[in-house]
Amino acid sequence: MTLDLFSVWALWSAIALYAISFVAFSFDLARRSAEVTAAADRAAEEASAQAAGSEGGMLANAAAGSRGGRAAGGTLTLEENHAGSVTASRSISLRIGVSLAVLGFLVHLAAVITRGVAAERVPWANMYEFAMTGTAVIVAVFLIALTRVDLRFLGAFIMGLIVILLGLASLNFYIEVAPLPPALQSAWLVIHVFVATTGTGFFFLGFALTALQLIQARREAAGTALTAKRFRFMATLPSSQRLDNLSYRVNIIGFILWTFTLIAGAIWAEAAWGRYWGWDVKEVWTFIIWVIYAGYIHARATRGWRGNRAAWLSMIGAATVLFNFTVVNLFFKGLHAYSGL
Amino acid sequence: MQALTRPSDYVDASSSQSEPDAPINAPKLGFVGALRFAWRQLTSMRTALLLLLLLAIAAVPGSLVPQRSSDPNGVIQYFRDNPDLAPFLDKIQMFDVYSSPWFSAIYLLLFVSLIGCIIPRTKHHYQAMRQRPPRTPARLGRLAVHREQELVGGSTGEAIEAARTLLKKSGYRTEIYTGRNGEVSVSAERGYLRETGNLVFHSAMVLILVAVGFGGGFGYAGQKVIVEGQSVVNTVGDFNSFNPGRFLNTESLAPYLLKLDKFDVEYETKNINAYGQAIDYTAHVTSRTPDGKTEKHEIKVNEPLRIDGTNVYLLGNGYAPKVTVRDPEGKVVFTDSIPFLPMDTSLTSQGVIKIPDGLAEQIGMIGFFYPTAAQLTSGAFTSNYPDLVYPMLTLNVYSGDLGINDGAPKSVYSLDTDKMTEIAGRTIAKDGGTAPIKLMPGQTEALPNGLGTITFDDARTTIKPDDFSGSVARFASLDIHRDPTQIWVGLFAVLILLGLLTSLFIPRRRVWIKATERPDGRVLMEYAGLARGEDPGLREAVDNIAERHIRSLGAVPEEAREGNVEA
Ligand code: HEM
Repeated sequence: MTLDLFSVWALWSAIALYAISFVAFSFDLARRSAEVTAAADRAAEEASAQAAGSEGGMLANAAAGSRGGRAAGGTLTLEENHAGSVTASRSISLRIGVSLAVLGFLVHLAAVITRGVAAERVPWANMYEFAMTGTAVIVAVFLIALTRVDLRFLGAFIMGLIVILLGLASLNFYIEVAPLPPALQSAWLVIHVFVATTGTGFFFLGFALTALQLIQARREAAGTALTAKRFRFMATLPSSQRLDNLSYRVNIIGFILWTFTLIAGAIWAEAAWGRYWGWDVKEVWTFIIWVIYAGYIHARATRGWRGNRAAWLSMIGAATVLFNFTVVNLFFKGLHAYSGL
Repeated sequence: MQALTRPSDYVDASSSQSEPDAPINAPKLGFVGALRFAWRQLTSMRTALLLLLLLAIAAVPGSLVPQRSSDPNGVIQYFRDNPDLAPFLDKIQMFDVYSSPWFSAIYLLLFVSLIGCIIPRTKHHYQAMRQRPPRTPARLGRLAVHREQELVGGSTGEAIEAARTLLKKSGYRTEIYTGRNGEVSVSAERGYLRETGNLVFHSAMVLILVAVGFGGGFGYAGQKVIVEGQSVVNTVGDFNSFNPGRFLNTESLAPYLLKLDKFDVEYETKNINAYGQAIDYTAHVTSRTPDGKTEKHEIKVNEPLRIDGTNVYLLGNGYAPKVTVRDPEGKVVFTDSIPFLPMDTSLTSQGVIKIPDGLAEQIGMIGFFYPTAAQLTSGAFTSNYPDLVYPMLTLNVYSGDLGINDGAPKSVYSLDTDKMTEIAGRTIAKDGGTAPIKLMPGQTEALPNGLGTITFDDARTTIKPDDFSGSVARFASLDIHRDPTQIWVGLFAVLILLGLLTSLFIPRRRVWIKATERPDGRVLMEYAGLARGEDPGLREAVDNIAERHIRSLGAVPEEAREGNVEA
C-alpha cells in the first residue's frame, strides 16, 4: 500500500470515528433534554404540593442559577445571569464522545502526516489537503479548548460538521499527490496557509458557540420555563452571556490569526506577483472577512449592538469564511488558482 | 469623563450604566452646534461600525466582475460576453471598484471617523497615564470581584505597605489612601498598555493608508519581455509597458541593464500524475550598473531580484521562436525572435509575426508553436508536453493591409485581419487553398504566391538530429517595480499586529486592597477588582493577589469568601 493510499484509508477511518463520536454526543444532548423534562416535572410536582403554602418555587432556578446581575461600576465581562438552568449529570455518552473524538483525531492526524510524507511537502497545497488539514486543526483547537473550558456540549455540533466537511472533501476534492508549482514553492506556503487554516478553525468554533448563543438567547427571551418544547437540552448549557463571552474569546484569536494571514499573504504576494496588494479575488475575500470580524469586535463594544446583533455579525463572518473556502476557491477566477481541481 | 475618551456610544463600565441608550440629542443647535453634532455622529462607534460593514459590502462586487487593475483581459472578454450589461456596469465603475469614487468615499469617511476617534483618545490616554490611580471606593463589597479576610494582630499600615509592594511587583501603579474612618487602602491600576496598543493599532491603519497613497505616487512598474540573450535597460523607453506614479520623475530611474543569459525550466518526470508539470523556473541574468560593474543573479518565482532600489520579478515565460523571412532574391527582410504566449500547460503557444516592409505585399502571420507536437484526429495539432521533444511551428498567413501605417499603436500580440486575405491556413485549405506552413527548427518553406521564404531558425550551435532541446529560445517576462514606501507599509503592518495583540490580550484592571481595624483589634482585609474592558481573568487575578498578600503577612488564606457574585 502506498503512503497516499494509506492516508486515504486513515481519513475514512477518522470520518467513521468522528461519526460515532457524533452519535455519542447527540445521545448526550438527548439525555440532557430528558433530564430537563424530568426536572420540569419535578418542579411542577413540588409547585403543586406547595401551592397552598406559598408562591411556589421555581425550583429549577435554584439548580445552578448563579445570579450575578451587573455589579456596581460594571465591567465588560458580562456576568452570569442564568435563570432556568439545569445542571446536567455526568454521562457516559459524553465521555465516549470525547474519547472517540480524540481517537478520531489521532487517526486523522496520521492521515494528514502520511499525505505530507507522500507528497514530500506540507499537506496543504490544494483543496483536498486544505480541507483535510483544516478540519484536523478545528478538532485540535476544540480538543485543546476542552482541557481549559468545558465545551463538551459543542461536541455534536463540531463532530457533525467535521463529518460533513471531510466527507464532501474526500468525495469531491480528492486528487493524487502532485508536486508544487513554482508559485507555491515558498516558506510562506507553510506559514501563511497554516495560520489561515488555524484562524479558520477558531472562527469555526466561534461560529458553533455563537449559534448556540443565539438559540440560548431566544430561549431566555421566551422565559425560562423548562417545559419549552424545542432544544430542551439548552437548559443545561451555559447562559447566552457566557456563550457570548466564550465565542468572543475564540473569535478574537481567530481574528488575530486572520490579521497575520492577511499580512503574510501580502508579503508573499509581493515576492511572487510583484505587488503586495492587488485586489485579486482571494485577497478581496480575505479582506472582507477581516473587516466583518473587525465589525463584530466593534459591535460588541457599541451600545445597542451587544448580544444578538453582534452575534449575527459573527455568524455572517463565519458564512463568509466558508464561502471563501468553497465558492471563491472553486468558481472565482483569480491568481489563487490552487484548488488543484 | 468616559464620554471624552471614547465615542459616546462605547460600551464601558460607567457609560453603559449612566447614559441613556438614545443618541445624545441637544435641541436647538446653532450652526456650530450642528457641526459638532455631525462630527460626534461621524466619530461614534455606531457610525464606525456601519462604515466598516458598508466597506465589506462594497468590496464584494469587485470580486464578481473582472477588474481592470488585476484582469484587463477579463474585462474585455466581459464586454464581449455581455454587450448590454457591460456599458452600464462600466458607468457605475464596476470594473474599477477599488479606485471608484464611491468605494473611496466609504473608506475615506471611515478614516476621517477613525482620526476623529484617535485624537481625543490619545489625548485622554496621555493624561490618564499621568494620573494617580483613583480613590478607593467606600464600599468595595459592591464591586464585581470582592473577597475579604480577617487577620489577627498586625497593623493596617503594615498590611497595606506589604500589599503595595506586592502590587508594584505585579506591574500595578499604586497609590495609598486613608479613608474617613481611618481605614487605609491601596488603589492600583495596571494595563495602560491595552489602550496604548489599541491606539497604536488604529493609528497604524491610518499610516498604512497614507503610505500606500504615497507609494503609488512615487513608484513605478515596468514590464518587459526578454528573450534569452537579450537585455532590458531600466529606462522608461525600454519597457513594453510602463506605469509611473503621479509624482514620479521619470529621469530618476536607476539606469542599470539586465541581460537574460539563460532561462531554465525543470519538469516533473517521476510522478506520473503530474508528468510534465513545471516544478522550477530560473532566470539567469547578468546586471550591469552605470559604474560598469557586472554581476550574475538568479530570479525565481518567489525570489525577486532586489537591485538599486528596485525589485525585479519573474512573472511569466514561454517560447520565442526565431524566424527569418527572405524575399524571392534571398535577401533577408525580417529576422527576429517572437515571444509566443502560452495557452495551456503543455505550452501550446500563439504568436503574431508582422512583415510590413520588404515583400511585394504586407504580410501578417498567426503562428502556433507546439514544443511537442501531436496531431489530433481532427487533423489539428496540439502540444502534449511542455519541453522541446518534437517542436513544430505552424503559420496561417495573411496578406494585405496590416493597419499599422496610420500610426495608431497596435498590440504585438494581435493581428487585425479585417483588411487582409488569408493566403495559407486550415480553413482555406479545406476549399483547396494553401495549407498552413509547417516548420521544424532549421527548416525553410516557401511563402504562398511566390512572396519569398520563411525559415524557423534553430537556436543551437551544434545540431543533434534527434534531440531538440535548446532549439528554440525561451523568453521571460520581467516586472521591474519601485515602491519607496513598501518598507513603511510593512512596518505599519507589524505595528498593527503588535497593537492588536497588546490591546486584545493585556487586561486593564483596577485592584483595591483595604485594611480596616476592627474594635476587637482584628484587621479586616478586603480585596476587590474591576475590569476595564474584556477581562476573563479578573477573579483569578484578585484571588491570586489576595492569597499572596495574606501569606506574605504570615497568615493562612481562608477559602475564598466572595462578595456578591457567587452568593
Ligand atoms: C478603519 C477601520 C477600523 C478598523 C479596521 C478597526 C478595527 C478594530 C479592531 C480590530 C479592534 C479590536 C482591537 C482593539 O481593541 O484594539 C478595534 C477596537 C476599537 N475600535 Fe476600531 N477599527 C476601525 C475604526 C474605528 C473607528 C473609526 C473608531 C471610533 C469611532 C474605532 C474605535 C474603536 C474602539 C473604541 C475600540 C475598542 C473596542 C474594545 O475595547 O473592545 N475604531 N477596532
